[in-house]
Amino acid sequence: MKRNWNAWMWAGFGLTLVAAFSYISLFIWFPITRDIPWVTLLLFIAAGWLLAVGLKRAYGQPERYRGKVSGVILSVLSLAMIGLFCYGTFVLTKDIPPSADAPRAGQHAPEFTLADTGGKPVALSELLKTHKGALLIFYRGYW
Amino acid sequence: MRGFERRLNEFHARGVEVLAISVDSNEESRKLSASQGYTYPFLSDAKAEVISRYGVLHARAGENGRDIARPAEFLVDATGTIRWVNLTDDLRVRARPENALRVIDELTLASAR
Repeated sequence: MKRNWNAWMWAGFGLTLVAAFSYISLFIWFPITRDIPWVTLLLFIAAGWLLAVGLKRAYGQPERYRGKVSGVILSVLSLAMIGLFCYGTFVLTKDIPPSADAPRAGQHAPEFTLADTGGKPVALSELLKTHKGALLIFYRGYW
Repeated sequence: MRGFERRLNEFHARGVEVLAISVDSNEESRKLSASQGYTYPFLSDAKAEVISRYGVLHARAGENGRDIARPAEFLVDATGTIRWVNLTDDLRVRARPENALRVIDELTLASAR
């Protein structure tokens, strides 16, 4: 008897890929889905459920479903991807120095003059003569 | 930073200029601004001098062990006094424009009283 293709497992593996790549390409752009990646985590949970159903079928009803070997491989790959994602988003991004020396609220802002993209020097003190304030955004840059 | 661009007019309406600072060259920032549509000034601190002065250096975190800035936001008032500092502990979690706008409004209200 020809055994059925175990679509659940492949769907679970596919959903794991979709979850990881949709975070990197889409959800990372919106603070509401980036700061706590709840959409991605829900997708991972759904993927895990699909894989579990697939494995249960492969091992519970091996006469009907294929996937004993491929199911294990796909599950391990999926778990590795989920682990890598969690490591990247919850551990690596916390790698920031504490910056204990940064000036605090109430202290004087260190003066600076830096060139803008047009090469024009921008001095903080000059800027504040014509503005009520300045918001300085320090960012890592693209090098 | 896209969020700040989107609400830039609200900062300007409050008399506040938004400035982005990194070790990127002017050339690199020009490309970034052109591709992302940023219109506020991007300042180049290639030697990370100002970044160090503000205590937000992330040593050897860049390409080839280069010193770069860690993400941080400072709000400076007209007298040159820092009124608000935001030092995130997660690269993914940045100040949102609405937070900064709320701080500006609270400070304006407080000084008007």
